[in-house]
Amino acid sequence: MTQIAPKKLPIEADSHEELLSWRRYFSFSTDHKVIGIQYIVTAFFFYLVAGIFAMIMRGELITPEPDLVDRTVYNALFTMHGTIMLFGWMFPVLAGFANYLVPIMIGARDMAFPRLNAVAFWMVPVFGIMFILSFLVPGGPAQAGWWSYPPVSVQNPTGQWLNGEFIWLLAVTISGVSSIMGAVNIVTTILRMRCPGMSWFKMPVFVWTVLAAQIIQLFGLPALTAGAVMLLCDLSFGTTFFDPSQGGNPVLFQHFFWFYSHPAVYVMILPVFGIFSEVFPVYARKPLFGYKVVAVSSLIITGLSAVVWVHHMFASGTPGWMRMLFMFSTMLISVPTGIKVFAWVGTIWGGKIRLDTPMLFALGGLINFVFSGITGIMLSSVPIDIHVNNTYFVVGHFHYVIYGAIVFGLYGGIYHWFPKMTGKMYYEGLGKLHFWLTFIGTTLNFLPMHPLGLMGMPRRVASYDPEFAFWNVLASIGAFLLGMSTVPFLINMVSSWIAGKKAGDNPWRAIGLEWLLSSPPDVENFEELPIVIAEPYGYGKSEPLTENMG
Amino acid sequence: MKFKTILTLVAIALTLGAISIWVGQLSYSWLPPQASVESQLIDNLFSFLVTLGTFILLGVAGTVTYSVLFHRAGRYDLSDGPHIEGNVTLEVVWTAIPFLLVLWIAVYSYQTYIEMSIRGPMEMAHMPMASSIAPALAEPIDESVQPMTNIEVEAKQWAWVFRYPEKNITSTELHLPVDRRAHLVMRSPDVIHGFYIPAFRVKQDIIPQQNIDFEFTPIRTGKYRLRDSQYSGTYFAAMQADVVVESMADYEQWLAEARQKSPSPAFNQAASEYAAREQKSAKAGWATIVPASPPIVNYHP
Ligand code: HEM
Ligand SMILES: [Cu+2]
Repeated sequence: MTQIAPKKLPIEADSHEELLSWRRYFSFSTDHKVIGIQYIVTAFFFYLVAGIFAMIMRGELITPEPDLVDRTVYNALFTMHGTIMLFGWMFPVLAGFANYLVPIMIGARDMAFPRLNAVAFWMVPVFGIMFILSFLVPGGPAQAGWWSYPPVSVQNPTGQWLNGEFIWLLAVTISGVSSIMGAVNIVTTILRMRCPGMSWFKMPVFVWTVLAAQIIQLFGLPALTAGAVMLLCDLSFGTTFFDPSQGGNPVLFQHFFWFYSHPAVYVMILPVFGIFSEVFPVYARKPLFGYKVVAVSSLIITGLSAVVWVHHMFASGTPGWMRMLFMFSTMLISVPTGIKVFAWVGTIWGGKIRLDTPMLFALGGLINFVFSGITGIMLSSVPIDIHVNNTYFVVGHFHYVIYGAIVFGLYGGIYHWFPKMTGKMYYEGLGKLHFWLTFIGTTLNFLPMHPLGLMGMPRRVASYDPEFAFWNVLASIGAFLLGMSTVPFLINMVSSWIAGKKAGDNPWRAIGLEWLLSSPPDVENFEELPIVIAEPYGYGKSEPLTENMG
Repeated sequence: MKFKTILTLVAIALTLGAISIWVGQLSYSWLPPQASVESQLIDNLFSFLVTLGTFILLGVAGTVTYSVLFHRAGRYDLSDGPHIEGNVTLEVVWTAIPFLLVLWIAVYSYQTYIEMSIRGPMEMAHMPMASSIAPALAEPIDESVQPMTNIEVEAKQWAWVFRYPEKNITSTELHLPVDRRAHLVMRSPDVIHGFYIPAFRVKQDIIPQQNIDFEFTPIRTGKYRLRDSQYSGTYFAAMQADVVVESMADYEQWLAEARQKSPSPAFNQAASEYAAREQKSAKAGWATIVPASPPIVNYHP
């Protein structure tokens, strides 16, 4: 696989590599860069699938009556939309970014456990295809929402043992195992594989945030996986952990679920904080403002994220003292988060700003994130949450975070590192078009969900009272626009990967180990391990980053 | 800082503050009518958070927009910005201010919560009804602090049934006298449902096999909507009922009227949709839990 080939003639090497390059992506490669791209592309496929489900849902919701699909179909669609978006798109795409970037940012030749890495990746298509195939079993796929709360989730109207919920639980468990394997690998890599000189406070913030996120996976995922296995036993093997008619406790499942699934939102957003922290300095040409505080606040967020989960259960019969306690802990998270936001604003301020596509996406993501943080604080306030819990207000909140901030950040990251990953430059015009379509689509789709929730429209409904029609029509139009926005993106990525201009090693004049490598980097990344001598983000101060490279 | 800078900053803050207060006032109109004591308390808290939130959002977005407009690099300008790594004073300030804001929000939320004195299922004992509710009412009415006799609420897949135990009346429409504290005992035989009346801003999950006590005080006559708020399966969206708040006299009259009627099956959206679906030869959906048969009640609209 990776024996260092004797130096070939440049032309020969080129064509040879070209030939190999696309095939590598379909093989059991152990190169972290190949795996990273495998993750990203596979995840993007599932993103499109779950996006199509969303289009059908918004088609149903464009009128108040349940007229486009049967209610069971609608329920299956929102369940699989949420599930595939999270387990098929979010976690894998972020694992992809971490895989691709962490080693080249910390000066390592590969991940700590390359084989484990490949195994973890190849589980993604397995459980992803299980989700999709579950549409074919009698009774259809799971219809209990991505929370899969019992007793609804174990009602199993078909009575068959092979049912959608069964496959769902199995697939979620596999996804959990895959993510734990990924987390072990990434955390070990960051702890053990840093190059000489790469002390904690020389690591780019992206690495800090990935570390903070993956630690969450390690302590949180076991809870979710245990919950899923127990639910599977209730569903298929006659246990009654969560069955209230047999003395079980359905609320216990909610604790298992949210003990992981709240921190999980930080698994997703933290690396995007990392992407913001990488992108802003490059396109504002200034150091990251308050680098150390930004870095450390990630770990504070990790800690706090473990003690807030009950804010998803304020209406579940939670006693008053618990409501107040978790209200306060939830609100506290906004302090380390606010530090980051202000730091990014401070970075941009007074810079030499260049609005390339990655910067546009990062800026849009930042504004959307601030908005969603504000609605988040509202939700954490118990009296307000009692009104808007389980309404479209919550749906608006988390789509602003997940789409408005996370997906924006991911798009920004893809554009930013595309030249590094492929050696080609994307088309700037298509990128800008993509940004504006996405920004307008996001606003039109998700902003109207807030008034809807405040008016009292519950989430997960296939039909609604006519008073809600106006905002729903707007949201649906926004959704279709978002669907269309992926077209210029896909055209851009495919055509520039095949026929784009050569990018050069450092098209953004960015500072960072990854930009000292060739584009795309060699199999072994670093011919000679770098010796890092400077803090990251040394803009406006011409000093070398390493002792021995470039 | 120069005097002029300070002046500019103060002017900006005042403008943003004015806009924020205006948006905060506007926020009342985003919500349904205030039909309960609880709704007034919650709306005030919400308006306060909207005001604060608007200020922060405009502050951040404004700063970013300003930078983007005025700190752009020229086309051929390849130089870097100033090498500023941070500023300890600023960083302390923007850690401390959010912390204080959060404390403020938490205390305000806590006070509102206490005033609502929602009784969760864990607090089954009769609490003395919060006397602090009274000042929130325009005219404190004695009865409003007196818990009403129980109304039993049954939520099942997918119907709401209300029982007035003293008169032994059942109904699919929830009738409540205005300005009196309502005390519900809620049950579900199957899955978790959520009791949610947006105009009252109250919501409570109903956990199967438990009696959930729940109280609130309607203060405005009219017809409102009760919706299931915890996803309960196939016909979840159709699980709604009307809530009628009326004067004591009208309420008494309704009770008397309902008592005359002998029980008959009510219309049920889920059951009728299911029947229609079963009649079609080509089956459009997947298997579903069969809806409970339409409830047999004294009163249905
Ligand atoms: C200032 C920070 C934030 C606060 C205070 C906050 C607060 C909350 C609260 C209280 C809820 C529960 C609402 C309910 O169900 O009634 C919620 C829901 C949610 N939040 Fe946030 N949030 C914040 C940031 C985030 C971030 C960064 C993410 C994602 C990366 C996120 C993702 C979600 C998701 C996915 C849900 C809903 C899950 C579901 O119900 O299906 N939030 N948030
Ligand atoms: Cu949460």
